[in-house]
Formats: sequence, structure tokens, C-alpha cells
Amino acid sequence: MAATTPSRVAPTREPRISYRRKLLIQRIAIYIILVVVALIFLLPMFWMLSTSLKPKSQWFAREIQWIPETFTTASYQRLLNNQSTPIGLWFINSLIVGTIATTLILIIDSLAAYAYARMEFRGRKPLFALLLATLFLPGLMFLIPNFVTIARLGFLNSFTGVILPGLAGVFGVFFLRQFFEGIPRDLEEAAQIDGASQVQTFFRIALPLAKPAIATLAIITFLASWNDFLWPLLILKDRELQTLPPGLRTLQGAYTSEYGQMMAGAVIAAVPVLVIYVTLQRFIVQSVATTGLAGQ
Amino acid sequence: MATGVQQQSVAARGARRRRKVNWTPYLFILPHLILFIVFLGYPFFSGLYISLFQYDILRPAASRFVGLGNYANLFTPGTPQYQTFWNGLINTIEFVVYSVPPLVVIPLLLALLLNTRMRGVNLFRAIYFAPWALSGAVVALLWWWIFQSQGGLINYYLADLGMRPPRWLNTLPWAWVTIVVATVWWTLGFNMVIILAALQDIPDYLYEASAIDGATGIQAFFRITLPMLRPVMIFIITTSIIASFNLFIQPFIMTNGGPAQAGGGGGTESVMMRIYNEGFVRNLQGSAAAMSFVVASIMIAISYINFRVFGKRD
Repeated sequence: MAATTPSRVAPTREPRISYRRKLLIQRIAIYIILVVVALIFLLPMFWMLSTSLKPKSQWFAREIQWIPETFTTASYQRLLNNQSTPIGLWFINSLIVGTIATTLILIIDSLAAYAYARMEFRGRKPLFALLLATLFLPGLMFLIPNFVTIARLGFLNSFTGVILPGLAGVFGVFFLRQFFEGIPRDLEEAAQIDGASQVQTFFRIALPLAKPAIATLAIITFLASWNDFLWPLLILKDRELQTLPPGLRTLQGAYTSEYGQMMAGAVIAAVPVLVIYVTLQRFIVQSVATTGLAGQ
Repeated sequence: MATGVQQQSVAARGARRRRKVNWTPYLFILPHLILFIVFLGYPFFSGLYISLFQYDILRPAASRFVGLGNYANLFTPGTPQYQTFWNGLINTIEFVVYSVPPLVVIPLLLALLLNTRMRGVNLFRAIYFAPWALSGAVVALLWWWIFQSQGGLINYYLADLGMRPPRWLNTLPWAWVTIVVATVWWTLGFNMVIILAALQDIPDYLYEASAIDGATGIQAFFRITLPMLRPVMIFIITTSIIASFNLFIQPFIMTNGGPAQAGGGGGTESVMMRIYNEGFVRNLQGSAAAMSFVVASIMIAISYINFRVFGKRD
């Protein structure tokens, strides 16, 4: 991409040089703006890390210290050793909830999506229209009644209660159905002529082809679960059962003005998703762009 | 699979003739459908039902049918619900007004800057989008620390400039500034990525044709870029309004809904916080359900108006 512009400009002769210089200045100006904006995004995250690695005496230092004068992991140690804020457990809880929720959503949604995309059955169209219609309903309508349902089922204070309502979501079904519909029918028809059942066709042909879409849904679902705040806050009351985001709120209450520990907690919650983001960045950005555009 | 042959012909040709029912598709949709009915279909009606009661999940026996009483409270001046609900709703609308313009304009400008064939564009795009991957709890906690009066990052720099900084988090209008800054920083990248993708979809020949006709860059922007972006901008504006309407975690963590107001209710308490407090602090789930339905109706109306009225081409 980057190579096309210079080659287009290159053949022009002497009088165009001033034009090229103008273009160069314009480019430098754009880069300066881009870098300044990038710093606005990066520096707060750096400040979080920096605070978490400073000794207490330097949190309120007179002069600003972007890079700690002395590095220490004291905040992390105090956080991890404090029984009343078991952040290690919260981390594991978040991991368990995120993994189970993601796995179940992938299974449930890919089955449903394939049926809505490729199978003929009575009620298919009205049912799918009903699913789509709920995409336009604000989630807050379901907060109170679902809380009541979970309480009545006896799932308060359990991971089941956190995970279950999220599995009803329609986005994954919609997203995967789009993908299944894009697969050429010939492959599946060929398999069926060879005597494969619908179930076999799904598992042997359609599912392997849908790997990229399933991977995208897996990332989005895991991030959403890992970052979810309000629902786990309502459902998980025991300290030992909390996930990280509500746990950070507990930290805030437990450590009055102990900013080092709070930022250490924020770093612990942020690092896994940032690692996922940095490694799969292109993939994630691409999928948001395409689903966003499809959403219009 | 005894019914395999029939399935094949039904699936492939959509034969109209009556045959034995093929259960496979129903088995495929069943797990999702059950969950859908229990957690998205049923709650629509059970929520309406609960909203007709003075309902407390901790003491279900004490529940009492109040008819439309919970709704009437919201429209009767003098009830505790009236004051706090409208305070929360007006605060939320205030936040929508403050947050949506920057959430639309800044991503548009950044997308335009990035829509060039320069080196490193993908890197910048990735950096601007990165905070979107963070939990709202992390973002709110981080900006709460940055805006602290003692040791807060912002005040270091304001003091260097010789300014006396306000108490950001507990005075108005500054508390709103902190919440809007945190929100824009957190979610701007999402809108930018979608606008950028739409910009890249605009065919080059439109610009080439306009350049031949002697149009300037600014003319091309207003005559080609903006009209071509219209559907995506309406989508972005609508989703941003809805997202801002759901404001919860930023004031919950950064200001705790404060500062306290003379008439009761906090200066940055959003309507979601109000519903949370009503339903889970005061344990009045019936009243909270009624509030949710009123707010949801407003949100649905806004989306509808946006898409139907502004979505139409003239």
C-alpha cells in the first residue's frame, strides 16, 4: 500500500519538486499529529504501570516521575498477600468464567447459526426474525427480570448464574449465520450426494470452513466476558467468587488512597487482554470494522 | 441417520410435499432456543409483570400487587422515585449531549488522517483502538487516579502552568469532564475503525473524477466523502447515543454519582445507577423494572427516529 504513492509521484520533473516538498511537509505534519494522539492513548496506560511499580513515598512526589526513581514490586506483593482482596482467585475466576462462557457460546451458536443458514424447517423465518428483533432491545430491560430468574433458580453467587443469561445472546448466531451463508453450497451438496447426513456435513464441511469466523467470535466473546462488570457484580457476592472487574471496585473500597495497589490490580486485569489484543490486533480490528459495517 | 435421504432432498430442493418431520434442524437450534426463551423472551414479559408489584426478591412473600403504581410514582412529583429517577435521566441525557459529539467528530477526523497510503497507518490505528479492549473498571479506575487532586497526573501539569486546578471528581461541571474524557478515550477507537473501513470503501474514481472537474480537497470532502459516509455516520451516532445512555461504570467508580445535589440525587448519577440502586441497594425490584422499561422505551424511540427519519435519503 505504502509503495504506490511515491511511484506515482516519482516520474514528475523539476517544476514539481516544490509540490513534492509541500507533500513532504504535509506528511510530516500528519505524522506529528498521529504521534501526539498516540501518546494520549499510550501514556495513561504507562502511568498505570509506572504507579504500580513505585514505592509508596513516590506516589505523591512533588515532581512528576514518569519512570520510577526506584522500582519496586511492593504494591504487587501487598496486594497478593492481602487475604481480604484475593486477586489471584479473582484472576482464576475470570479465566474460568471467560473460558466456559466462550466455549459454550461457540457450540450453541454455531449449531443454531448453521440450522438458520442452511436447513429447511417449519418456523425458520419467523423464529430468526424474532431473534433479530431482540438485537434492537436495550439490554437494561433484561437486568431485573433475569436477576429474579437466576435468584429463583438458585444460581445466585455461582458461576452458572454469571454465565447462563449471556448464552442466550443473539449476536453470535447472527454473526456465524452470515458466515455460513457465504460458504458456497456446492461443497455441502457434494458431501450429501456422497451420503453424508446433515450432521456429518456440518461437522466435516461447514465447521472447518468457518474457523476464522469462529475464532473471531471466540475473541470477542472472551474479551466481553473478561471485561464484564455489572452482571458479575450483581450475581457474585462472596469475595472469593468475584471476577476481576468487580474485584477492582472492591480494591477501590479496601485501599483508601493506596494507589499503588489499585494500579497493580488494574495492571493485572489489563495485561491478559492487552496481550490478546497485541497478538491478534489485525484480526480484531478487521472483525469490528466488518461487523460494524454490516450492522448498518 | 435413517432420515438422511429425505433430509437431503428437503434441504436441497425445498420440496413442498409432506414427509416425515426431520428433527435434525430442531436439535441444532434447541440449545440456543431454550436459553433464548428463558433469558430474552420470558424476561420481556416477566419484567412487565414484576413492574406491577412492590417486589423484593429477598422477601418474595412480602410482595404486593400495586398495578401501575410503580409507573405512577415516576410521574408524581414528591415521591422518592420521581426526584431520583428524573435526576438520573436528565444527567444521562446531559452526558449523551457532552459525549456523543466528541465520539463522532474525533473518530471522523482521525479516520480521515489515517485514510492515507502512509507507512505505519496500521500501527496508529491499533494504538487508538487499544483501550477498547480494556474493562470499563480498569479505564474508570485509571482515570479516577489521573484526575485525583493529590498526586493526580493532570494536576501536575496544571500546577506547572501556574493554574489552580479544580477538584475534578467532586465538583460540577468538572466531574462530567472527567467522565467524558475517560469515555472518549475508552471507546473512540471503535467508531474510528468503522468510519475508516467505510472511507476505504469509497471508490477512488469518484475523487479522480472530481479532481478532473477541478474540485478542491475541501469540496471533495463535502460533496463526496460526507454523503458517502452518511449511512455509517447515522449508525455511529445511533450506537454512540445508546452506549452513552447505558452510562454506568464511569460514574460508579470515578464519582460514585456525586457530588450530592441540593434537591437529592447525585450530580453525575446516571439513570442506570439509579436503576441499580433502586433494584439492588433499596431492593425494590418492581420499581426498578418499571424504570428500566421507561428508559428502554426512550432508547428504542431514539434509535427508531435516527434510522427512520435521518436515515432516509432526501
